[in-house]
Amino acid sequence: MNKSILLCGVGGQGTVLASKIIAAAAMNDGNTVHSAETIGMAQRGGSVTSHVRIGTAFSPLIPLHGADMILAFEPAEAVRNLAYLKKDGLVIVNRVPVMPITEALNASGYDGSEMIEYLKKKTDCIVFDGSGLPSAKFLNIAMLGVAAGSGRLGIETDLIRQEIERRVPPKFLDANIKAFETGIRTGGEN
Amino acid sequence: MKQYVMGNGAIALGALSSGIGLIAGYPGTPSSEIIETVSKAEHDGVHVEWSVNEKAAMEVAAAASYSGARSMVTMKQVGLNVASDPLMSLAYVGVKGGMIVVSADDPGPISSQTEQDSRRFAEFARVPVFDPSSPEEAFDMVGAAYELSEKYHTPVFLRPTTRICHAYASIDVPEEYHKKEYEGFVKDSKKWVIFPRLSFENHAMIEKRNAVISREFSDTPFNTCEGASSKAVVTGGVSYAYAKEFLKDDPDIKIIKVGTPFPFPDDFVLKALEGTDEVICFEELSPFLEENILRLAGKHHLDIKVSGKLDGLVPSSGELSANAAEKILGAFFDIAPESTEEAKDVPPLPVRPPVLCAGCPHRASFYAVKQAMKGKKAVFCGDIGCYTLGNAAPLDMVDTCLCMGAGITMAQGFYHMEDDCTCFAFAGDSTFFASGITGVVNAVYNEADIIVCILDNSTTAMTGHQPHPGTGRNMMGDIVEKIDIKAILEAIGLKKVVTVDPLDLDAAVNAVKECAAEKGVKAIIFKSPCIALSKPAGKCKVSEKCINCKKCIRELGCPALVTEDGQVKIDENLCTGCGLCRHVCPVDAIGGAANE
Repeated sequence: MNKSILLCGVGGQGTVLASKIIAAAAMNDGNTVHSAETIGMAQRGGSVTSHVRIGTAFSPLIPLHGADMILAFEPAEAVRNLAYLKKDGLVIVNRVPVMPITEALNASGYDGSEMIEYLKKKTDCIVFDGSGLPSAKFLNIAMLGVAAGSGRLGIETDLIRQEIERRVPPKFLDANIKAFETGIRTGGEN
Repeated sequence: MKQYVMGNGAIALGALSSGIGLIAGYPGTPSSEIIETVSKAEHDGVHVEWSVNEKAAMEVAAAASYSGARSMVTMKQVGLNVASDPLMSLAYVGVKGGMIVVSADDPGPISSQTEQDSRRFAEFARVPVFDPSSPEEAFDMVGAAYELSEKYHTPVFLRPTTRICHAYASIDVPEEYHKKEYEGFVKDSKKWVIFPRLSFENHAMIEKRNAVISREFSDTPFNTCEGASSKAVVTGGVSYAYAKEFLKDDPDIKIIKVGTPFPFPDDFVLKALEGTDEVICFEELSPFLEENILRLAGKHHLDIKVSGKLDGLVPSSGELSANAAEKILGAFFDIAPESTEEAKDVPPLPVRPPVLCAGCPHRASFYAVKQAMKGKKAVFCGDIGCYTLGNAAPLDMVDTCLCMGAGITMAQGFYHMEDDCTCFAFAGDSTFFASGITGVVNAVYNEADIIVCILDNSTTAMTGHQPHPGTGRNMMGDIVEKIDIKAILEAIGLKKVVTVDPLDLDAAVNAVKECAAEKGVKAIIFKSPCIALSKPAGKCKVSEKCINCKKCIRELGCPALVTEDGQVKIDENLCTGCGLCRHVCPVDAIGGAANE
């Protein structure tokens, strides 16, 4: 299997853990996996991406127009990274915006809705409403659920669930598994 | 055993697999995780340390190698500038146990001051260099580099770049790591004490030896030639990965990969160039491979056209990518690009610049100095760390930033040249230990009037919260004596050293005013722990008393201060209850902070 998955969001949303779970699940499925994180100056609140490449890959980063799936934790970050999407690729996006930290200083009126409209118009896209989760802390696992439920990830859902069980602290596991199930339902409906 | 690790982790595990006895370094993106990986791994007593700076790390590692143990020293490329003094001499003296210098380059640059190329430094120091094109290859190169280092008694460079350091791959590693046996230091002053006579002799030896290593490199598996064509691409490091991503395994396209750029493997490249009359050198940072191909072409009268950075086909700055390969190599090899639609009518995207975290004590320190110096002439010399972000609006409190430690010495320089100006230097606690202390000594000795502000958050925050001499912890997991910044400053002879909590704004402003009124070198230690490492003190709240003047937002720029339908509000997910905004509010409308 050759698949490239781009995860994007805002620092603090948990994209790194989500990418590690996808990578580990894909490896347990017998695939070769490479991945890469964009880390550096971006502290909390900056744009972040993780690139997961399953199968044959040379570049650690996915080339533009090379991603089979974009898993976007934030609407504007989905649009920002849209050039990475393949022609027939799938976008999974969380509807809830994260306000830019400069918004209070220079109000732009951003609320994410314009981004969602754009994505719906231009791409094959599943919108997940993260505001229904008990806490934004479960968003990353819920997004994995949507990806698994969409049937487009190419990794068995149980393998992902096992990795979640392995990596999420026991105290938060039940709530995370619930979020995962919620995600799977959204993914399956589309 | 397979382990899925970052490129930096692969380098660390390579070093452990090779039986290192000591690893030292100074944190710097993209190199920091190498030492952290060794520190966390199960091993039998490898000495692991964050040194006070890169020069110290290089010297500590050199001595380990003189003892016969295998050692590694890690840093980012600008750290190599700091370590260059011991490096240049060490290249002449040589080593006994294998020694690898890891200098991680940062094309882009993504989180660095310069786009310098450590391959150049290796050439300058006359020591061999390996340039990995993947985490897997980085692991293999570490093993080969130790063999080479011991065979030729020379330190050897490993030069990964950011995308290799931060890429993850599955690496086959041993079940257990064991330190290689070593003989111990054998005294021999003719060998270990550098004198002009020894340097002269060793210089000649090194040049002869490098010709031998060049021939040896011509046979390593790290240099490869794939495909056959009259046109070829010469590449190395992550640029090779980008070229392969685009060109794939095409037997009709020649890809020459140079994994050991110095001493340049002349014999290998000459052979690889047979049947080729046009090459493009696809590389980041400097035209290192390109200049070597031009040298070979001149030396051997090759009828070959050489392209790359020097004729503008490859950009002279910034990083490359698989898409750059498609554009540049596609044009060179006449491969039609796949048609892609340009995105149209994209809605304007919000910008997300890096800023100081909500509740960051640096914001309070900068604000206190700004308030105290309102209406007075002052210059604010910044330094390298999270607090460089104090330059952004609305704080705008960093007038200069040059390199680690430069804030203090530059404040002194301004004092000598600027009239009626209060000269401030800002340095973090880790930066103070790394290269700030000598600057303070210099300022005292040369009778400057400056105010040194130590932003002491008890960690090295920017690079991922590494401990340092002031934290009381080291990388061996030991609790150690904390080195006291105040005591150091007083010992240097400062008459006025004030320690203040920046979140106690009135006290902080008064401390600055007091120091500004006195002559000589003064210091203020703004002491408050990094907010990313401490528990929030509660949440602040805006009450109905708020007149919506937005002074808090305009003056502080804290990410937790937001507006909702035009009304100022505090984002509870971000607020840490530092309470700085309470002090700023003119109508006392903010409550709920811990610092009451």
